[in-house]
Amino acid sequence: MTESLKLTVEDERDDLAVIHTDGYINNQGGEEIARVCYELIEKGHKKLLLNLSRTKIVNSIGISILIEIIEKMLEIEGKLAFCSLTPTIQKTFHIMGLAQYASIYPDQEEALKELSS
Amino acid sequence: MQDVTLTLPMLPDMELTASKTACAMGEHIQLSQDKIDEIQMAVVEATINAIEHSDAVDRKVNIHFHVLAPDGEPSGLQITVSDAGTGIPAEKMPKSDGSPPRVLEQRGHGLRIISGLMDAVDIRTDDHGTTIVMTKMR
Repeated sequence: MTESLKLTVEDERDDLAVIHTDGYINNQGGEEIARVCYELIEKGHKKLLLNLSRTKIVNSIGISILIEIIEKMLEIEGKLAFCSLTPTIQKTFHIMGLAQYASIYPDQEEALKELSS
Repeated sequence: MQDVTLTLPMLPDMELTASKTACAMGEHIQLSQDKIDEIQMAVVEATINAIEHSDAVDRKVNIHFHVLAPDGEPSGLQITVSDAGTGIPAEKMPKSDGSPPRVLEQRGHGLRIISGLMDAVDIRTDDHGTTIVMTKMR
């Protein structure tokens, strides 16, 4: 039995949407995030914020899928950003070089302030 | 301090069982939460590496948790993850300079993550299997 990731799209305004993750981001979780992101892109959102406050573990396959989403956002001149990461997930994103291609904010308030400007 | 050994079948989410044991061991020797989180992530990666890439015929991954206590007081945790698979190809081994990737890459992240999160990592691999020994000090 796999541990499922719960996703909530909490906040959609103009071209910005916020996705909250709750649980383990593995291959299935990553694919679910990608599906939701691509739906939001189809609806016209070009700025997506992933709030990971309820996610404690991300595995390398999940990260690979996040990288695919970042690449998609770069293709459409959009932006994928992250907020509320645990120190370990933030360190892992830096190890993998994700921080070069996606902004990381300490919390949602600061992220929305930056992304809305 | 008792060591703990797990033999896990290569089934979905078994890496979480390994990570929960790592958490319990880390709490037992009073590691900081950040260090426990780093160990959990590294154990997840090492276990997934065995499950996804080893091609082990017995479909099992062995994980041994050893508390380092040379003076009687716990000073760290050493975790050994091994499989009886076909080994890791040389091109998949992490680069020795530890530098972050210069372009976005989509595969082969696991060993780099382990090396980045743990204090010491030793990877022994050949066509009889792979053993990853990783250490986190207090």
